[in-house]
Order: sequence, then structure tokens, then C-alpha cells
Amino acid sequence: MSMPFYVAPEQVMKDRAEYAQKGIARGRALVAAVYDRGILIVAENPSRTLHKISEIYDRVAFAGVGKYNEFDQLRVAGVRHADTKGFSYSREDVDARSLANLYAQYLGQVFTHEMKPLEVEILVAELGRDATSHQLYHIAYDGTVVDEVGFACLGGDADTITARLSASYREDCSLAEAVQHCVEALAGPDRTLGSGELEAAVLEEGPDRRAFRRLGNGELAELLGEGGETEPAGATGEG
Amino acid sequence: MTLPLFPMAEDPGSNFAQLLRRMSGEPHYAEPHPGGAAGAGAPNRLPGVAHGTTIVALRSSAGIVMAGDRRATEGHSIAHRGIEKVFPADRYSAVAIAGAAGPAVEMVRLFQTQLEHYEKVEGTTLSLEGKANQLAQMVRANLPLAMEGLVVVPLFAGYDERRRDGRIFSFDVTGGRYEELDFHATGSGGRDAKNTIKLGFRPDLSEEEAVQLAVRALYEAADEDSATGGPDPIRGIYPVVAVVDEDGYRRLSDEAVAERFSALLEEGRYRPDRSADATSASEHGSQPS
Repeated sequence: MSMPFYVAPEQVMKDRAEYAQKGIARGRALVAAVYDRGILIVAENPSRTLHKISEIYDRVAFAGVGKYNEFDQLRVAGVRHADTKGFSYSREDVDARSLANLYAQYLGQVFTHEMKPLEVEILVAELGRDATSHQLYHIAYDGTVVDEVGFACLGGDADTITARLSASYREDCSLAEAVQHCVEALAGPDRTLGSGELEAAVLEEGPDRRAFRRLGNGELAELLGEGGETEPAGATGEG
Repeated sequence: MTLPLFPMAEDPGSNFAQLLRRMSGEPHYAEPHPGGAAGAGAPNRLPGVAHGTTIVALRSSAGIVMAGDRRATEGHSIAHRGIEKVFPADRYSAVAIAGAAGPAVEMVRLFQTQLEHYEKVEGTTLSLEGKANQLAQMVRANLPLAMEGLVVVPLFAGYDERRRDGRIFSFDVTGGRYEELDFHATGSGGRDAKNTIKLGFRPDLSEEEAVQLAVRALYEAADEDSATGGPDPIRGIYPVVAVVDEDGYRRLSDEAVAERFSALLEEGRYRPDRSADATSASEHGSQPS
């Protein structure tokens, strides 16, 4: 019988964290920002059908970066949690905070107890009843939760994107301004991102109880001021 | 509470009823009890259970119109005057219910959640026919309760975005699902309502004309059936009238419905000329010849 080698717990955690960070850094980044009428979420995502941003409930949205199958499983679990909660209690009783806590518990559990940590970073956003009560919960692969104010950046290059966005960001900007600032921050100084390479959605107060709305390609192009040249921008730089 | 994650073999997929069962362990709708509680000699109507009455749906050139009165009865007494029987199922469809109010409203809530749940999990909406089939499963799952007198008979209608047309589905207690050609009505006053629509229906009715016809059908039903409530201007309670077209579900305001009813009364057909005859007859103390 062979004895397993002793590995210090610090080393185990470090290795796992490194593994998860590497996986997340391979994917493309995502930003969420509060604007004058709600919350905007923009992700770099060339796929029209495999979404990074989705609806969880009336006023709650989900976004994830990293490994698609892993964050999509978390998204579905979030929808299930919200729908069962809303069905057994009331629609008003569904909130982002309790969901963020569940995600954090689960991610933390997997990080410390399983062989492989999840290679994801997720965001749970809730549209508040007024401009000051919007909530953005940023949950990391190890279960760390950060209650972000104003905006949040997820993904491999999050630090530089945060630096770029904090330079241009204002909480009372319009949707068009928010889209432009977020996309510029995602793209960086050396490249431009066209609407074809982006996925965007908003949580916005409207007549409908479901506040989540995807911004279609046309609407996004308009907000970005992509006048006339509607060629699919396939040749621009890849991240 | 923990995150609802399941091993692959037990994953409920996009089915909300199944998810509820997995999470609570208790049987819910959409799982017929094997054998069922056959109610030989079961009471037809349990005492103290509110029943909803008349609902109608008809097609217009733009989509569908659905309407329901507001009365719920317990035996011969009025249980509620303001109950609602017409609901949005999702953006492009509506569901109305007749029968035992408790299980019916619960069924509608489950159905609404199911449609939204599917949409969010799958990232796409069910087809109109898929929605009707889902509802049929829920009705069938209610069969044991139906055998004990708690019958729920919904009516489902919506705008089929793929066909660009309004469609209506009716159901029976066994979960039988039947697509109606142009119109349908159920509940205790359903027969009178259906006959009214039958007489006034044309395939090219505009939305406004279809609304008028639905209002007239409910009026006739309330006129003949004691369990169906008519317009109640004293309390300001009017039947629920909703339309579904390419812009989605829209419920008419109470004022708009009230206007339709007063227009109906002003038409003349409902003026009390007959009772005027009767009064004059009694005044003269003789039978009209």
C-alpha cells in the first residue's frame, strides 16, 4: 500500500486557485454597470445563441464568464431556485442576495472539497426600486462574494478593465453612454469591438414586470453609433 | 436551503412541476395518481367550495378575445363577486378557468410559472401547441380531484407567432385537448354564451367586433344562468375581457368594458319595453291580445 505524499493545505489551495484563474482567463471578459434607468451588462461573446447573460427572475439577472457548461449549470440552478421560491412564497420574495449567498456557498464548497474547482466567475444583479438600491454581487470561483458599487468587471483581464472603466464611469449616464464606456473598457485602447462580437442586456424599469431585456444586434449597433458600416466585423483583433 | 442541483439521472430539465416534486418530495400536478380515487357515488359538488362559472373565447382577424364573468358560487349562494377567471399565461397566450376555484387558480399559477420557467431554462418559448399540451397534462393530473367533484376545465387561447393567427384550445376533465375552429365557451353559462357567439360570429370579425360579441355572450349567459354574474355598476365590477394579438396579451380596462355594456343596453333590444307592456297591461287590468 502506498502512502499519499503530504501536500501543505496552502499549496493545495494555491494550486486550485491558479487552476481556476487560468481557466477563467482563457475566456473573454464581461462588465456590468448601473446607468440612469437600470443596469447594463455587456459581454464579449461572438455567439448569438450561447448566452453569457440571462434572466433569472423579474428583477434579477445572471452573467457568467469562464467555462460555459459550468456557469450554465449554475444559471439553471438559479432559475430553479428563484421560480420555486416565487411559486411557494410570492414574486416579491425573490431577491439577488439570497441567491448570491447560495452560489457562494456552493462555489466555496466545490473549491475546498472537490478535485477540481469550478472555472467560473459569476455576477448576480438585481434592479432596485430606486437608483440607489441596485445590487451587483460578484462571486469568484472560490466563493468570495463582493457587493460591487456602480459597476463590476468579471474575467481574466478584470483589473485592467476596471481601471479603464473607473476612469470614464458615471452612475447617472444614459444607456448609450454606458454602452459606449463599457465597450471601450472591454476593448482597450488597441482594438474596437463591433456589435457582432458583443452580447448585451439590461435590467430596466418598464411596463412589464419582467425587467430583463436583451439588446439586439441592431439596437446595440445604434447605441454604439455604428452608422452605415454594418459589415460583420470579423477581422478585428481577437483578445 | 441549498442550490437546486441534481444528479444527471434525476434532473427535471425544464419541467417546473417535476422540479417541485424533486424538491419537496410531495406529489403535485402533472403526475396522475396510479389508479386514482374513483369516485363512484362521490358528491357532484362539495359543500363550501367556490365554483367559477362562464368563460368564452373567440377568434378575431387580429388574434383572439377571451372573457369571463366575475362570480363564484357555493351551491346557490354567491361566494365572491370579484373573482377573476381570465389570466395571461404568458406574453402571447391567455388561460381562463371554470370549475372549482381553488384548484383552478392553483393550476393557472403552476401553468404560468411552467411557461416562464421553460422559457428561461431553454432560452426560447414553447410553441402555442406545446403550451396547450402542457396544460392538458395538468388537467389530467387533476383527474382524481375531478372524480371527487373538484372539476377544473380551462380554456386556452393565444396568438401563434409561427402561424400568425389566433388559436383556441378547449379541454375536458380527462386532459383531452381539442382545438376549436372559431370559438368556445364553458362553465355553467357556457351554453348560452356559445349560442350567442354562434349567432353573431363571422370569420372576419375585427378585434373590436369580437370584443362586443364576447361582452354580449356574457350578458346573455348572465341573463339565463343564475351562477353567472352580469355587469355590476353599483360595485363597479365588470367581467374581465382580454385580447391577444401580435402585440401580446392586453386586458381591457374596467371603464372600457363598462362602455361596451352600456352600448349594448342602449341598442334597444334590452330596453324594458316588454315589461312596459306588462305594466300597461296590468294598469288596464286586461291581458294583451
